[in-house]
Amino acid sequence: MQTVKMVVTGPFSAGKTELIRSVSEIDVVSTERKLTDKAERTVKEATTVAMDFGRITVDEDLVLYLFGTPGQKRFDFMWEILSEGMLGFIVVVDSTRPETFREARSILETFRAYAPTPYVVAANKQDLEDAWEVEDVRNALRLDPKIKILPCVASDRDTVKTILLELLYSILEEMESGG
Amino acid sequence: MALRGNLRDFTITQLLNLINLARKTGTLIVEGPNETAEIAFREGKLAYAKIGQEENGLAMILHRSKQLSANQYEVVLQRAESMTDKELGLTLINAGYISQEDILANLQQYFTDIIRRLFTWVEGFFRFENDILPQEDRINIRLDLENLIIEGSRQLRELEQLQDEIPTLEMALKFTERPGANLQSVNLSVEEWRVVSFIDPKNTMKQIANAAKLNELEIRRIVFGLLQAGLVELVRAEGAPAPKPVRMFPTEDREEQKTLVNRLIGRIRSM
Ligand SMILES: Nc1nc2c(ncn2[C@@H]2O[C@H](COP(=O)(O)OP(=O)(O)O)[C@@H](O)[C@H]2O)c(=O)[nH]1
Ligand SMILES: [Mg+2]
Repeated sequence: MQTVKMVVTGPFSAGKTELIRSVSEIDVVSTERKLTDKAERTVKEATTVAMDFGRITVDEDLVLYLFGTPGQKRFDFMWEILSEGMLGFIVVVDSTRPETFREARSILETFRAYAPTPYVVAANKQDLEDAWEVEDVRNALRLDPKIKILPCVASDRDTVKTILLELLYSILEEMESGG
Repeated sequence: MALRGNLRDFTITQLLNLINLARKTGTLIVEGPNETAEIAFREGKLAYAKIGQEENGLAMILHRSKQLSANQYEVVLQRAESMTDKELGLTLINAGYISQEDILANLQQYFTDIIRRLFTWVEGFFRFENDILPQEDRINIRLDLENLIIEGSRQLRELEQLQDEIPTLEMALKFTERPGANLQSVNLSVEEWRVVSFIDPKNTMKQIANAAKLNELEIRRIVFGLLQAGLVELVRAEGAPAPKPVRMFPTEDREEQKTLVNRLIGRIRSM
């Protein structure tokens, strides 16, 4: 049995758990715990403080695991451990909350420094009226033109599938170019 | 769709950066605690600005910058009451009062001063309206935003924010290939030029800081300004020890790896 993994990262409340839940064949295992931090509690009642864990079985001898990382700074010691051995990663951003873009940039740069692994960005919550356009999010995150950023509604399985596929295409391209 | 938010979370400098990169046309409206500013752009260049109820007719702008004396200003106001700014400008040029360059320079000064005032706002709702263009009868300028962006970035002082923006100094810098990014037209300080002169994918920011005798805060601040202005980007340093070899796949064999990715693709497509 072979296993491969992808990491789903991004700021607090961006939609990482929701995204993994949309495609995972098991209930997303996440260690959710009520936060006592007041500012964060107003955003969302409970948040992931450990990590999410989803699974997609490909066939009898290949399984893909999706790991959701806590975005908060105080957990960044986990990123290095998680990034070990990943095929690629997905950075989820909440397109309606520009206040989180700086953190998203920071997470991006940190991951990029750990591993030269392919990644894509999901501009999430595109169903909401306040969502920034994908290209505005791209510029706000200072993404290289070569990096894919895709519109996403984390609860909509099709948009999530597209994101996983685009990441896999990027991985293939990287392999073809001898990267 | 919405390009909106609060300056607390997304600064004027970052907005200018966005407008510049996307070559946007439209009007940025910022509602501060006391007044509202409207800044118009064409294809990513500053075109026009006004703030609150501040009188911003051409005559007033020229008077304020001492191009028109109090007397002249009175005369112009009486005679030119019904003239648009464009008509007034032409009249003044034809009468030999002032050159076209001087008019544009004075407008530029006034508009950029409004943006400098916005740099000091810590709070305020902003929205970008694609459909609102500067009034036809006003004189527009065409000013590249890079200098303002660098100026605004210099005001970001907090180490913590800068550390978020540039988490590690082990990365290197390279000039962007973005068309229009033009270093020549940018006003850089001596220190900024010193950093620029070391930019090379071989040099990490840490090495640049050492060579240019800058501390971590200083190098981060300078690089942040250059990043914001879209002049440079972060890259992995060439010749740096490769990041610890990452084992992405359960197999070493290239072909098996590709097959594996293709199996994943097939599975997800069929979901
Ligand atoms: N409208 C909308 N809400 C979303 C979307 N994705 C996530 N959410 C909501 O945003 C909140 C945070 O999502 P969650 O997945 O827990 O964020 P995480 O902290 O990144 O794991 C939850 O209330 C989700 O239901 C989306 O695409 N659209
Ligand atoms: Mg979560």
